[in-house]
Formats: sequence, C-alpha cells, structure tokens
Amino acid sequence: MSYEATFRVWRGDAEGGELTDFQVEVNDGEVVLDVVHRIQATQAPDLAVRWNCKAGKCGSCSAEINGRPRLMCMTRMSTLPPGETVTITPMRTFPVLRDLVTDVGFNYQKAREIPAFIPPQGVKPGEYRMQQEDVNRSQEFRKCIECFLCQDTCHVVRDHEENKPAFAGPRFLMRMAELDMHPLDAAGDQGLDRKATAQEEHGLGYCNITKCCTEVCPEGIKITDNALIPLKERAVDRKYDPLVWLGSKISRRR
Amino acid sequence: MTTETRPPEAADSTGRGVHSPGRAAIAQRHLRLDRWWLPQVMTAAGLLLFIGYSTWRAFFGLHTSYAAPYVSPFYSPCLAANCPKMDGGADWALFGGWWSLSPALIVLIFPLGFRLTCYYYRKAYYRSFWSSPPACAVAEPHAKYSGETRFPLILQNIHRYFFYVAIPVAGILTWDAILGFRDPQGHWGHMGLGTLVLLVNVSLIWAYTASCHSCRHIVGGRLRHFSKHPVRYRMWTWVSKLNARHMQLAWASLFSVGLADLYVYLLASGAFSDPRFF
Amino acid sequence: MTEVERHGFDVVVVGAGGAGLRAAIEAREQGRRTAIICKSLFGKAHTVMAEGGIAASMGNVNDQDNWQVHFRDTMRGGKFLNHWRMAELHAKEAPERVWELETWGALFDRTKDGRISQRNFGGHEYPRLAHVGDRTGLELIRTLQQKVVSLQQEDFREHGDYEARIKVFQEYTVTRVLKDGDRVSGVFGYQRESGRFFVIEAPAVVLATGGIGKSFKVTSNSWEYTGDGHALALLAGASLINMEFVQFHPTGMVWPPSVKGILVTESVRGDGGVLRNSDGKRFMFDYIPDVFREKYAETEEEGDRWYQDQANNRRPPELLPRDEVARAINSEVKAGRGTPHGGVFLDVSTRLPAEEIRRRLPSMHHQFKELADVDITAEPMEVGPTCHYVMGGVEVDPDTASSCVPGLFAAGEVAGGMHGSNRLGGNSLSDLLVFGRRAGLHAAQYADTAGDDRPVVDQEQIDAAAEEALAPFSADGGENPYGLHQELQQSMNDLVGIIRREGEMEEALQRLATLGERAESAGVEGHRQFNPGWHLALDLRNMLLVSECVARAALERQESRGGHTREDHPAMAAEWRRVLLACSLADKPVPGEGAIVLQRKANPAIREDLLALFGVDELKKYLTEDELPGAEADLPPQRADVDADKKSENGAEH
Repeated sequence: MSYEATFRVWRGDAEGGELTDFQVEVNDGEVVLDVVHRIQATQAPDLAVRWNCKAGKCGSCSAEINGRPRLMCMTRMSTLPPGETVTITPMRTFPVLRDLVTDVGFNYQKAREIPAFIPPQGVKPGEYRMQQEDVNRSQEFRKCIECFLCQDTCHVVRDHEENKPAFAGPRFLMRMAELDMHPLDAAGDQGLDRKATAQEEHGLGYCNITKCCTEVCPEGIKITDNALIPLKERAVDRKYDPLVWLGSKISRRR
Repeated sequence: MTTETRPPEAADSTGRGVHSPGRAAIAQRHLRLDRWWLPQVMTAAGLLLFIGYSTWRAFFGLHTSYAAPYVSPFYSPCLAANCPKMDGGADWALFGGWWSLSPALIVLIFPLGFRLTCYYYRKAYYRSFWSSPPACAVAEPHAKYSGETRFPLILQNIHRYFFYVAIPVAGILTWDAILGFRDPQGHWGHMGLGTLVLLVNVSLIWAYTASCHSCRHIVGGRLRHFSKHPVRYRMWTWVSKLNARHMQLAWASLFSVGLADLYVYLLASGAFSDPRFF
Repeated sequence: MTEVERHGFDVVVVGAGGAGLRAAIEAREQGRRTAIICKSLFGKAHTVMAEGGIAASMGNVNDQDNWQVHFRDTMRGGKFLNHWRMAELHAKEAPERVWELETWGALFDRTKDGRISQRNFGGHEYPRLAHVGDRTGLELIRTLQQKVVSLQQEDFREHGDYEARIKVFQEYTVTRVLKDGDRVSGVFGYQRESGRFFVIEAPAVVLATGGIGKSFKVTSNSWEYTGDGHALALLAGASLINMEFVQFHPTGMVWPPSVKGILVTESVRGDGGVLRNSDGKRFMFDYIPDVFREKYAETEEEGDRWYQDQANNRRPPELLPRDEVARAINSEVKAGRGTPHGGVFLDVSTRLPAEEIRRRLPSMHHQFKELADVDITAEPMEVGPTCHYVMGGVEVDPDTASSCVPGLFAAGEVAGGMHGSNRLGGNSLSDLLVFGRRAGLHAAQYADTAGDDRPVVDQEQIDAAAEEALAPFSADGGENPYGLHQELQQSMNDLVGIIRREGEMEEALQRLATLGERAESAGVEGHRQFNPGWHLALDLRNMLLVSECVARAALERQESRGGHTREDHPAMAAEWRRVLLACSLADKPVPGEGAIVLQRKANPAIREDLLALFGVDELKKYLTEDELPGAEADLPPQRADVDADKKSENGAEH
C-alpha cells in the first residue's frame, strides 16, 4: 500500500535557504529516512543528509521532524498525522552546513574538555574488580549513541548562543556523572573533583532541569533524573551542605 | 521545486537563539504541530488553583482549621498562641502571643519551600510560568538566560534542607492522622471519613517526600560503591522506584493536602458532618 | 595542478571503527604522529552494530577455557581455511586486549566476583564473550573514542595542542592510496563537507575500512560498507584473498523496507521459534539433508520435546546450520510459499507465553516493536537471509598486518585470512582489537625505519586522482548513480548470493562488466558540498571492483565451504582447503573482461604443535591424506572433538 505525501524539507546552507516541497511516494511500513532517501534517489540527488546504520544505533540521522528533534530512522511514517505535510529541518542549535547536515563540532569540542577516565594506580589490566550494582548507573549513561538530540533540544544553548562556551550540555554533563559514578575512577587521587568542575567549569548550574533532554533521548536514558539531578546533588554535597562538608573533613582527618 | 539558496530574509532580525547567524535560516520560532502549550496551561491552571485556595485558607482559615479530632494540614503544627486548642495535637505556642497573623503562615513556609525548590515543581513552573522553555524545541522569549547559576535561583540548591524539615512535618501530620482514631471527645476507637482523608493525605505526603531527588541522593545516591552498603543500596533502589513517580506524587499530594484542608473546613464550618465508620 | 589541502603525518589510519581506532591509539602510543580518517562522524562506525560480545578466553566463567580451546573453535568455525598464525595470535592476545579496555574506562557486565562476565555463543566451547547487554560494539567504539580523546588531552597538557600527535579527520573519504615507486607515500581523498580534496603524506597507511555488504541488496551493513579499503588495496597493488566467503545470516528482518536486513538473533530459534511458510507449514522438516538426518527430529512432536529434554530428543530442524536454513528459506520463497514481503514466518508467539518472550528476548521484542510495529508476542516475524560479513580481505602478514605493498597495512574486516571460510560470532570484535593493535604497532615501526628517506608524494598521481574524482560532474546526462547501485545490489543478491550456480555467476560477471562501463559515465547534479549523489558515484568504483572479486573467486572455487555454497558442488573438498584464491588488479584490463585477475595460492601448512591440538579423526574431515600428522595417528580423539560438529553448526552471529 502506498500513497503520495508532501514533504517540506529545508534546503540551503549557512548563507540561507528555504523549505522546499516534494511530492513523494510513501510505502507501507516506511520511516522518514526511507522517504528522504527516495527524494534523494529520484528528485534531489544532492540532498545532503547524514545517516549510517538506519537502525537507531549510531545516532547519525538526527533532525527535526515537524519541529521535534528526532532520529529520522526511528520515526515511522505511520506515527505522523496522516495526510499532513511532513516538515523536516536540520537541528536548529548547531550551525548548518548544507540541507539537513549540521556542524556538530560543538559536541566534539565539549567532549574534549571533559577530563577522561583516570585509571587507578597499581591495578593492572585484568585485575579490575567491579560489582554489577556498582556499574549499572554508569552503564545506563554509556548507552548514549551521541545523536546529540539532547544537546539540540536544550534551551540553554538552543535559545542562547552565548551560553555555548560555558555550558557542556546534557550529553557531556551526563558523561561527567558517568565518570563520577564509575567505581574505579581515580580522579580524586589526582586532585580532580569532577563534581565541583561540573559546576564551575561545565555549567551544570545552567541546567534548569526542564527535562527536554530526557524527552528526546532515543535510547530512553533518564538523563535528568539519573544523571543531571544526581550530579547537582553531588555538587551540593561539595559546596552547599555544611553537614556533609564537615563530615568529609572529619573522615579525611582520620 | 527550487534548490537555489537565498538570504534569510524572513529571519528574526535580532538574530539570537534559533535565529543566530550560521544556523539554518528558518523564520518560525518552532515548527511543532501538536498542542505543545496544553501541558503548560494545565500545569499553570493547577498550580494557580492551589495557590489561590491555599492563600485564602492560610490567611483566613484559622477559625475553621480544627474540627475535633481533625486538624487541617495547613495548621499543623500550630506554633502561635492564637491556635485552637487541639487535644493531644501539635499546638505548641513556640512563637508566643506576639504573632497575630494566621499561624499557618509560620509553618507553611517549610512545605512551600520544599515544593518550591523541588526538582519537579521547578520544571513545572520554569516551563509554565516563565516559559523557560515554553516547551521542548519551542524558542523561549527571554534575551538572556543564566539558569540556576546566580542569585536568587542558585538558592534552589538548598532543597535538601527543606527535605530535612519536611520529615518532622510529615511526622506531625502522621500523628494528626493517628489522632483521627479518637472521637471528638478524645476517646480512642473511632474512625470517620475524616480519618481516612487524613490517612490518605499523609501517605501521599510521605510518598512524595520519600520520592524526592535529594532523599534519593542522601539515602544512597551519593555512594560510589553500592556493593559496600547493601542496606543503603536497597533503600536507594526503593526510593528510586518512587522517584520515577515523583511528578505524579507531587500532584497527588498537592491535591490531597488541599482536599484534607477543605474537608476540615467543611466540618468546622458546619456544612457537613463527618460520616462515622465505627 | 590540483589544489589540495595538505597534511603530513607518520601514520594514516583509514577508517575509525574498532580496528582503525585501536591501530591509531597504538601508533600514537609508539610516539608517531597519527591521522585517523573517518568517512562519517567520529564514533559512528559500523562497529556500533555488533551486539553479542568480544570473544576472549579469559576463563572468568569457566576456568577450563584457554587460548588453545579458542584457537580450536576458530579453526573449526572457519573450516580450517583460516591462516593458522592469525588464529593463534588472535586467541592468545584477545584477553589482554579486552582487559586493556577496562583501563580506558570500559564497563562490561560483571560476574558475581566482580570480573568481566562472559556469555555462551554459537561455536564457542565455553562462555567466552565479554559483553555489555546487547550493545557491546557501542561500548567498544565509545571506549576507543574516549581513549583517543584522553591521548589528545595528554597532548594538550604537553604541547598546548589537542591535535599535536593524533588528529581525527571526520567526514573525509579516501579515494586513492598514493605511492612513491613501490612504497606507499600517502592518501588522497575529498572532504564531504566542502568537497575539497586533501592529501595526507605519510610513509605508512593502515586500512581499517570494514566490509562490503552494501554491494548486496539485503544486508545488515551500513552505507559505509562499500568495500573502500578492499578496493584501495587492490588499486595500490595489494591482493585480496578469500573473497568468495561471504557470511549470510538466515534470519534478517524483511519487513518493513526500512529495516530490511537487520539481524534477528539466532536465540529466537534456540528458544523455540519455528519457521513457517505461507501455508502455515513448518517446512524445515522437508529440508533435512541426509548427512544430518540422524541428528534432527523428524516430527514436530519430537522437535518440540527437545526444548524441554535435550538429552533424549533430537533437535528441531530449525536449528540446522545456517547455510541449510538459509537455503531452505530461499527455496520456499522461490516456490511461491513466501510471505507477502518475500520472507518466511518466524513465529515465537504461539510457542511461548508473552511474558516469557519478553523476558528471554527483550531486545528482539523491542526491535520489532520500535521498527516494525510488530508485537512478537502476538504475531509472527517475517525473516529472510541477509548479507552479514565478508571473511575475505587484504592478504596480510599475520604478525605485522602488512600487505605486500611496503607501507600498506590492513586490519579488521578489510583484512583476510583470520576467519577462513566462516567467522564465529564474537571473533570479529576481538579480531579488530588484536590486529588493529598489531597494524598500528608495525605501521609505527615501519614509519620509524623510513627515517629521512621518507617517500615523496607525486603530483601527477594527485592530478590523476582529482580528475578521477571529478569525472561524475563532467558526465553530462550520465546515469543516475542511485539506479546503478540498485542494479548492482540486485545482481549480487540474485546471482552471487547464498546459493551459487556456475551459470548465474558467469552472468553476474557479465553484468558487472556492463555496470562498470556504465558507472564510468555516472553523472551527478549540484556542486561538491556534501553531495551524496557524488559520493555514491565514487563509491560505485569500489563496490564494482569488490563485487567482481567475489564473483570471480566464487566461480573458481568448486566446493562448498563455510560462507561459500555451490549448488553444483555441494561437498567440501580437502584439496580445496590448500588453495587460497587471490584477486589482484589486472595489469592491462581487457574491455568487457573485468578488471580483476585471479591467482591460486597455497594455504600455508598449519604448524605441527597447533595441529596436535586436534584429534586425527577430526582432521581427517578437513585435511588431505598427506597433510595428516603421521606420528600422532593413533592418539585417541580429544574430548572436545566429540561434539565439534554440533557446535560449529551454530556458526557465527553478529
């Protein structure tokens, strides 16, 4: 069963562009990316779009479908309102390169600024011992496929370009949480306090926990509840809780 | 079908946010087709309803705050001298006689602060009252945004102290509910609809309090190695399950508090008499 | 003279999947300035699709496991065609490679005592696969990516420049390996974003580009799998071996079209799923070959009893070896008893309670729900064979991963020999790590020896490469590359697919030759900035070269072994085990005859002490009389050999 649909795709580059209409055939069971590919194969061979695995595992085909940040390969046509025009634009938080392709370099730059895992001294490869319950939390965050939809939807940078230097974004604050909860990360031994740097250098305070990152996550990671809020609470431990602060002073003396 | 590119004529001239230079030139502030504003309107309506009702009751409800054996949760503990005499209840005149306003104001600060700094309510009012953001992927109207990095919003970080205070408050409300098993004359072995109302309310208050993100952090979330603290890990697991329903519990307990107060009001004003089970 | 962006490095790694990143990390740790080129964004490589795990005989779950057992399993899986030395190195070094990942931050699932958990998998005698749920590939790629970042942070602290010694070129595509005489001198390619050309001068180039699945219509592979590395190696003068061996997985999704080819794990059948045709018949009972007749159930009742009582019943024929199942599905569809979408039904919904399905097959339940809107607890799945992995690749030295071209190295799926004729599940990720590291190490050492005598990039080659790359723009009114690609995929799928026949392969070669001519005039619209039509036109050259290798080698090999099934030569022949088919570029290609020449090479004899790991009875199935070890002839067969057949039937997965 197939039908004709109207797709309104943003075409252009950093200089400018516009929404362009395409009449295109849609078959039963297809996803948005299939239809974009059909446009590419039959009407606009130079329509720029990123994609790789087409199975929701690589996080390449991020775009905004009817105004909502989504993976094109995971948006079934049957879930969109029938008979209505489907509007597809590139992610609107990052500079556009061409058509649906954006420059996601912001994210790679932020990734570099997060201090990497610090292996514990004196534990040789093969001697790492960790319990499942201790790795569960970080494992959830490592499900991240880096589609950057959370970075795209986060109003802190989406609506305020000037915040980009100061704010790492949900994906990379989650990375900090992941490392802070890693049972063997030895950042503390090196004098690196991930909780404090999350707040002081990576803009944790900008997050006002309005949960759009969690809403758009195609992996269903509870970014806000499990990563950002716990990280905020950990930062509070360090900075605003005299009881915990006192406790940690005393226990360090011992 | 056109493929040529044109300068972004329709773009917002201010050039900020989604209209910043370099981003895809799309004039619309958002392209969402769904009724994205609906949840925000509902949230705002719900919160305003409660604020309106509770303000009226807090300021003017003193003489209808107690209908033995039930006390309105807005007026417990009652810390001023002008409180009604509650047999066995929490009417401790700590503030003495100088306080002439409604005693509810003294104690409501704490649950109010707890809810105001709550991670769920923050989301709710940032979105619905301040449009920051109005909805996901809908451009917000503000020119500047510093989130919770500065005064006053940096004070949101004191949520856990309100949590600490919320525990004794919930304890007192529990005691109030237990007192509901006495009849109006103070004899044990009674239960009326009011007892049930207070019990349901206090259960929801407890569930909301225990599901708090700060609570989750304190009982176990702050630990690095769950495996070394099996009891706290179990508590954390349990709190985490509740925490997943924090939003639902926030609304349920908000309404139950209002309803419990309304019930006491109806009894105290004589509009209704308490159906008695035994 | 063509204007290009120029860089100079010691080692260039082409490909940023598991093998490429591991190679780059090693080369950088050896102190060499290293460039990583990736066709898509950093961290998106096809490695993320791997689910099952990394095979390494750490012995965490069963301490009987060791490298010898792993070696044996690998050789059996590959039907003894594997290069023994690669299989040996792989089995020996895999545990170290996995442990090393932990020191870089990887978080594997754990055993009760806190070690890395290991799971059972088809063809592996013991639980051996280190895993993270069903997203092991993602964990691997992320860990390596983050290790690269940590090395960059180290450089930043030392030199104030993140990219002082390791630089990632994202969305760059290499179209030519450049040479100075016999030696490699660098790479040429284009930048996707701008369409501008670049040259990286380097004495050592590591190919780690993955596989060739995009030449087939139905595949579990992503768009990048266009055989770039295979083709680059050919064009640089290296040879490819074992190209006839392509692994098809019998159960891939066939519907909806968006997910056609995506894998449906073998555990669905292992847990009770049955195959039915459109008449509702469990057709596998009609397809039990004589050699397996004794081992498989003849009635549905008996097959069903096996799930509860495996000791006293024979297994249902749904669990026959992969090629048998794939062939059966093929026949049913061809006989018109397929599903509306050209597959067969795989039904678990009538076999297990819904709750049980959700518990045992969570990822499959999720996959069908999300992608196909099919609730596998209530309705059957539609499945069909899908192209999964190519065993063949660049012929390399087992120890150094270097090809016959000085300075050219290859690791991962693009390298050949390791897996013989069929790869075991889980051996792919360990292969990436073991040989990725070796390639990086030896490329670094090689670059070091170049010293002052560094190869020089030849401007003429740059000009020629640029001209070749720009050709699609000048082909006015040329053919649509998308159409050509579809024809190629259809031809390979139909004619050089799972079941191969002499006549069909001859036809395939003819079609490839015509497609090759038509591809030369493929034209594209628009300009050079991020133009997917252009990119596809350039990838076509690679796919056509590689497809010709597959077809030519498949036509030549007159036996059936592992990932190569000939209908006209259904048996495995010991003489053919001694033969490797090597493809290289013809010096003077005759128009219409294709670009590839095929050469027979001797498969090196297995070292004696390794041969002694097997019982003679087993060796007799694979080796010719004169290859059998004489002295050990009267040793009793080893314990592990008894059920060897049963295990290798499961074959590989993921």
